[in-house]
Amino acid sequence: MNQSNQLELHHAIKIDADKCRACTHCLQVCPTEAIRIRNGKATIIPGRCVDCGECHRACPYQAFYVEQDDLSRIFDYKYRVALFPAVFVSQFPENISEEQIYSVLKQIGFTHTCEVEQPISVLIDSIKDFAQNEYDSESPIISSFCPATVRLIQVKYPALTEHLVLRNAPHDLAAWYVRQRLAEEGIDPSDAGIFYITPCAAKIAAVKSPVGEKKSIVDGIINMSEIYNQVMAKATGVTGNFHSCDCRNEISREGILWSLPEGEKAAFDGKSLSVDGMHNVIRILERLEDGDLQDIDFLELRACEEGCAGGIMMTSNRFLTADRQHKRAEKFPEAKSSAGMEELAEKLRIASVQPRPMVHLDTDMEKAFAKMEKARSIMCHLPGIDCGACGAPSCLALAEDMVRHEARMTDCIYIQQLWQKEGKISAEKAFRNLEKRWGENRFDVDCSKRGAKNDNGFGLMNEGEDADLY
Amino acid sequence: MKLNFQVEGGNFAKAGVASSEVKKVLKKLGVPPMIIRRIVVALYEAEVNIVAHAQQGIISVDLHHDKVEIELRDKGPGIGDISQAMQEGFSTASEEVRAMGFGAGMGLPNIKKNADELNIESKVGEGTTVHITNYFAKP
Ligand code: SF4
Ligand code: SF4
Repeated sequence: MNQSNQLELHHAIKIDADKCRACTHCLQVCPTEAIRIRNGKATIIPGRCVDCGECHRACPYQAFYVEQDDLSRIFDYKYRVALFPAVFVSQFPENISEEQIYSVLKQIGFTHTCEVEQPISVLIDSIKDFAQNEYDSESPIISSFCPATVRLIQVKYPALTEHLVLRNAPHDLAAWYVRQRLAEEGIDPSDAGIFYITPCAAKIAAVKSPVGEKKSIVDGIINMSEIYNQVMAKATGVTGNFHSCDCRNEISREGILWSLPEGEKAAFDGKSLSVDGMHNVIRILERLEDGDLQDIDFLELRACEEGCAGGIMMTSNRFLTADRQHKRAEKFPEAKSSAGMEELAEKLRIASVQPRPMVHLDTDMEKAFAKMEKARSIMCHLPGIDCGACGAPSCLALAEDMVRHEARMTDCIYIQQLWQKEGKISAEKAFRNLEKRWGENRFDVDCSKRGAKNDNGFGLMNEGEDADLY
Repeated sequence: MKLNFQVEGGNFAKAGVASSEVKKVLKKLGVPPMIIRRIVVALYEAEVNIVAHAQQGIISVDLHHDKVEIELRDKGPGIGDISQAMQEGFSTASEEVRAMGFGAGMGLPNIKKNADELNIESKVGEGTTVHITNYFAKP
């Protein structure tokens, strides 16, 4: 069974084949072993990818990118709403004021601004309601805020899907909220476009193919680093009449802190745990699977270290961002009650989240058994050094690819050497095998690779650009 | 297919190694997630029991097409009254062990709850052997 043909789930993380040098950094960091090198380029097995962005962080050549909508698309609408999370504001250094940031957003062309966490009290009350009145399985309940961890659970910890809080993420809530506000202003919904500015590939993927519900309400997605650059370029130039956020008096302390570690935890009584960073999340989910955390009531998980302050499209340092966010939160009041917002609360409910186990060797258990036994015997022959030179993340992953008929023994360079020595294959054949996996030009002299003579840092220039520069 | 693990008594840092390995294998075999869960919870509890009470132990996991048979054999104090130990809240774990969050007396009852078949033999002063069998399809 070829996993790459399974499931048409949307993914926001993409690979630019021109920039990829198949250096294998990404292979090792992917939590679901979703990456393989094929023909000298990294490729992603779609069903396995959870859009966490670990590969994006690890790539020294910036070959991973996050798809986004073109900023000019906002002008397809008469009214243009910039919907952004609190981390967006906290990224900027202290000498740039909130008012300046809002002003630049207006200058770019947005007619309305709204912070994602504005209606947070609706979500807080709704999650409490879920915990008290709907959830009746073993504790803990797991936050569904971070879509990378939700997908990780579906793919790698399928038995834990039933612990997930069946509520939408704040950006969905905020989008409904904005629609409601626009309607109150008498704006025709078809005239308004809501654009979500996000630091997170997983959120983009979630918006484009939401888990547990049919359609997302956001009209477009903008990469946060792009807006960051624009604000940095224009902010100090804006003078005089600063715009303020349209609904700034609705921003609350809880809302500002929501996407940081302990942000959700703070809203709940009982014993809760806040875990951030992919490797930590994995450890805690393993323990939960062992039935070991039954005394915990609420589990808050964030794939990124320091929560969304560490999102992959954040420009500023995550610790500085989080620190500024805490300081900003102190200036705002506690969240008001969600009374009167019952209609919005209804929009938060989602259907159950389905498991999507992706690690099995075959859909037929008996065949899976045979394949596992075969993979275990193959492992006796592989060197066990997990070098990645075969294009798989580890020797075991290669053995499993082999029994799925997606790789061959000669993909292992050590086996190739051995077989050559034993006269089983010719040197010529061995070299062609390598070229197949690593691309024909792999063995050309190339002085632009990292650390080589003409290393120009990332964002490598091609020769044409080079000439223009000098 | 057989998987064998050695368990070192008193080494809590390594408690859970066997259950997490078995878990990986069961997932790859495509055993239904909820069934894996029961097996792993039972195995983890039993593994922690060895670490908490015994000097050493051996876990052998025998995987068949339709079921898994697990044998946990330990050299340890043994259990005097097995039916008493089966009651929730009963624990002989030392203060230190309890302080680490283990041995709250959930052990055997929890294993029983998650095992399809459970069989315990024990000799005081010698050790305990636990047999757990779980089926991959609901019978
Ligand atoms: S985004 Fe995450 S899951 Fe997807 S390929 Fe990259 S590291 Fe793997
Ligand atoms: S922690 Fe935040 S930025 Fe990172 S993946 Fe999760 S939701 Fe996205």
